Amino acid sequence: MGYEFIEGNEAIARGAMRAGCDFFASYPITPASSILHYMNDFVPEAGGLVIQAEDEIASLGFCIAAAMAGRKVLTSTSGPGMSLYSENIGLAIMGETPLVIVNIQRQGPATGSATKGAEGDIQFTRWVTSGGLPIIALSPATVEEAYELTFIAFNFAEKYRTPLFLLTSKDLGVTKDSANLDLVKLPPRFDRKKLPPGQKEYLPHYFEKPEDVPLISDFGGDYIARYTTSMHDKAGYLTANPAVIQEMIDHLTAKIESAIDDITLVKEDFQEGADTLVVSYGVISRSAAVAIEEARAKGRKISSLVLQTLWPVPEKAIRDAMKGIKKVVVPEMNMGQYLIEIEKLAPPDAKVIGVCKMNTTLVTPGEIIEKGGLL
Amino acid sequence: MTYTTYMTDKIGPLPFCPGCGHTILVKALDQALVMLQFDPKKIVIVTDIGCIGLSDRYFTPHGFHGLHGRSITYACGLKLARPELTVITLMGDGATGIGGTHFLNVARRNIGITLLVGNNFNYGMTGGQHSVTTPTDGITSTTPWGNPEGPMDLCGTSVAAGAAWVYRATMFDKDLPEVIAEAIRQPGFAFVDVWEMCTAYYAPLNKLKKQEIFDLLSGYGFTIGLQVDKPRPEYSVKYRQAYEAGKGVLKSKPPIEPKFGNSVQKQTGIIIAGSAGQKIKSAATLFAEGSIFAGLKATQKDDYPITVQTGHSVAEIIVSPNRIDYTGIDNPDYFILISEDGLARMRQTIVKLPETCVLYASEEIELPETKAQVRRLPFRELEKKVGKLSLSTASLAAMLKDSGMFPVEAFKEAILSFQSEKIADINIKAIEAGAELTSKSSSAG
Ligand SMILES: Cc1ncc(C[n+]2csc(CCOP(=O)(O)OP(=O)(O)O)c2C)c(N)n1
Ligand code: SF4
Ligand SMILES: [Mg+2]
Repeated sequence: MGYEFIEGNEAIARGAMRAGCDFFASYPITPASSILHYMNDFVPEAGGLVIQAEDEIASLGFCIAAAMAGRKVLTSTSGPGMSLYSENIGLAIMGETPLVIVNIQRQGPATGSATKGAEGDIQFTRWVTSGGLPIIALSPATVEEAYELTFIAFNFAEKYRTPLFLLTSKDLGVTKDSANLDLVKLPPRFDRKKLPPGQKEYLPHYFEKPEDVPLISDFGGDYIARYTTSMHDKAGYLTANPAVIQEMIDHLTAKIESAIDDITLVKEDFQEGADTLVVSYGVISRSAAVAIEEARAKGRKISSLVLQTLWPVPEKAIRDAMKGIKKVVVPEMNMGQYLIEIEKLAPPDAKVIGVCKMNTTLVTPGEIIEKGGLL
Repeated sequence: MTYTTYMTDKIGPLPFCPGCGHTILVKALDQALVMLQFDPKKIVIVTDIGCIGLSDRYFTPHGFHGLHGRSITYACGLKLARPELTVITLMGDGATGIGGTHFLNVARRNIGITLLVGNNFNYGMTGGQHSVTTPTDGITSTTPWGNPEGPMDLCGTSVAAGAAWVYRATMFDKDLPEVIAEAIRQPGFAFVDVWEMCTAYYAPLNKLKKQEIFDLLSGYGFTIGLQVDKPRPEYSVKYRQAYEAGKGVLKSKPPIEPKFGNSVQKQTGIIIAGSAGQKIKSAATLFAEGSIFAGLKATQKDDYPITVQTGHSVAEIIVSPNRIDYTGIDNPDYFILISEDGLARMRQTIVKLPETCVLYASEEIELPETKAQVRRLPFRELEKKVGKLSLSTASLAAMLKDSGMFPVEAFKEAILSFQSEKIADINIKAIEAGAELTSKSSSAG
């Protein structure tokens, strides 16, 4: 197969289709709207359904219920819509609902620069809903990765019964690029593990060890299903028992945190003897790549760590990359949101420098070289 | 097997206060389900928050208990995902208020769920605050001097929003189970507004008993009974019908097999700036696709106002022999300016163009000071020749021919591959006319 000239949003839609997505609900918002258009082209043809909701609250409400009725579900939005998703995201975490939420970030806060990019929702994604329980977020840097990580996001969502976040920005979502998706290597598709037939009953949140992922049974399936927004026991019944509540909180936490090795996706490009490390993610990792290449061409030794998994923080990978490092440079299209995570992990004698801006333009290779002192 | 009840006392008796209307509504639903005798595995009871929201767990079918005011969205999601399910939503007047947009939209869409609102004129669960249905002058914990607001007519609102089947009932109606069964039988959206007493708050505070509820109704001029019965195809049915009738309108693009050569040595940035309606975005895409036919990598970004048919339109194209990492163009190599709108938007960029940049500008445009190598081209005349919609294509061809980055044939190949025959014909002529402009004036070839 040959090349296509497609934008990140199309690659996301195609990655979702490849994962077997058969339900999509969304509310139009620049720069995410074209995902709605692509899904409208793809999903009904595959026998599924696309619905434009009356608002983002309804959009995620439709999605959560459809996912619990057995569909593989995607939704997409941008900053203002993420704000409206917040409460339902909590519900999806509480109900252990597998679905994928795409945030094509735009410059904010509020309406911000509606048609312009930035990546100001990094910490917002981590703390998007009340309760503060962990979430998983992936961030692609290229059109091919948008396709790949959307597919993987579905796998993780299904495997860990949790909402999965795909975080990118306008600068990937609506920039066209020459890409060959057929060359992208994908892992095997993972579908949620269902409760086998013949059991006495379905306990929607059954686990033995806290990190276990409960088997699922669909609404309308062979077992009576229960779903609740309230703190519940393993059977899905409301409980006020502090011990049972803590056990459930520990489960929702351990399920994600114990998966860290499986869900850590990073790209390491280390140089022997380097004392400088650039940690980057998303589309800005491409600016970083140019900056690093230029500095290396001039004889500087520089290591690079590109994070595809943003949440939970891939701490081990970051710590390993920082061994022997004296200076860490973190370029971001926000005012230093991941910088604070890196600062927490950096060796005490290492200097951590953020190359931060949020003026709608990409952080340039030149800015990374200059502010990061790469030369 | 015959189902004698769809309720269970597994988790104890119903939790409502003595005399609460919710008890009557919930039991009426149970009796309705007994009349219908559906498989409990094919029924979902959806609730949200509020006292009424406590009811799903007392039923034996599937139970979905969601966020305050959003139960309609979950019910719709379940029904859309599995149209074979019977999906019944129980919610309060408070929920109907906060979820007002869902209440309107489910009626309009005609998604085949059944909605039962336990309308007790206040928020029972949170301490008797006023709701969207609290009568004017009604006393609640938040309207201690009497409600200054007017109540919303839920039935009238749902009818106005396009509901197919709407019924107004009270907790005192002997036929409530039959009414609910009839609502469930509707293939489309069905709504029953059940007027009730909250015996903890609204009823005692307002001395509301059976007679007072009927007085309230007659005071508004409202009737008990069917408000509308206008069946029409249910959403999922209609959705599939529409899709089947309209499918095949979309064509997928074939992939690009590189088959031309190129002479591009480095990442090269091209900007074309003009006006809305000049097809700049699509011409730029075809140009970039042409470069891929010539074995290059390409990226494209567009800039235009939200009001797409006015003002400027700018496309940034990068072509490169290698993978393109940084997609910004800090120092353009080629700049094409075909209208005043383009100048207005890009003036600052033009002022800062480096001397390595070649600027192709329409003859009549007054340019600001710039270090770029300016090539004046007769774009207005070219436009007359190729048409308004093809000037962007023609001007890109002029730049392409002049720069010699890759063969004009590759650009033509993209047009022949991706445009309809009729439009391709016009654009091929535009490419030829554009290329001719610079093949005479330049030796680059
Ligand atoms: C987003 C949100 N806001 C506020 C609340 C608090 N709350 C719980 S129930 C309720 C009102 C319920 O009233 P209604 O729907 O009429 O049910 P009733 O208790 O009268 O049966 C409110 C405001 C909430 N749970 N969620
Ligand atoms: S507070 Fe009101 S609505 Fe709630 S159970 Fe008591 S009487 Fe019923
Ligand atoms: Mg109420």
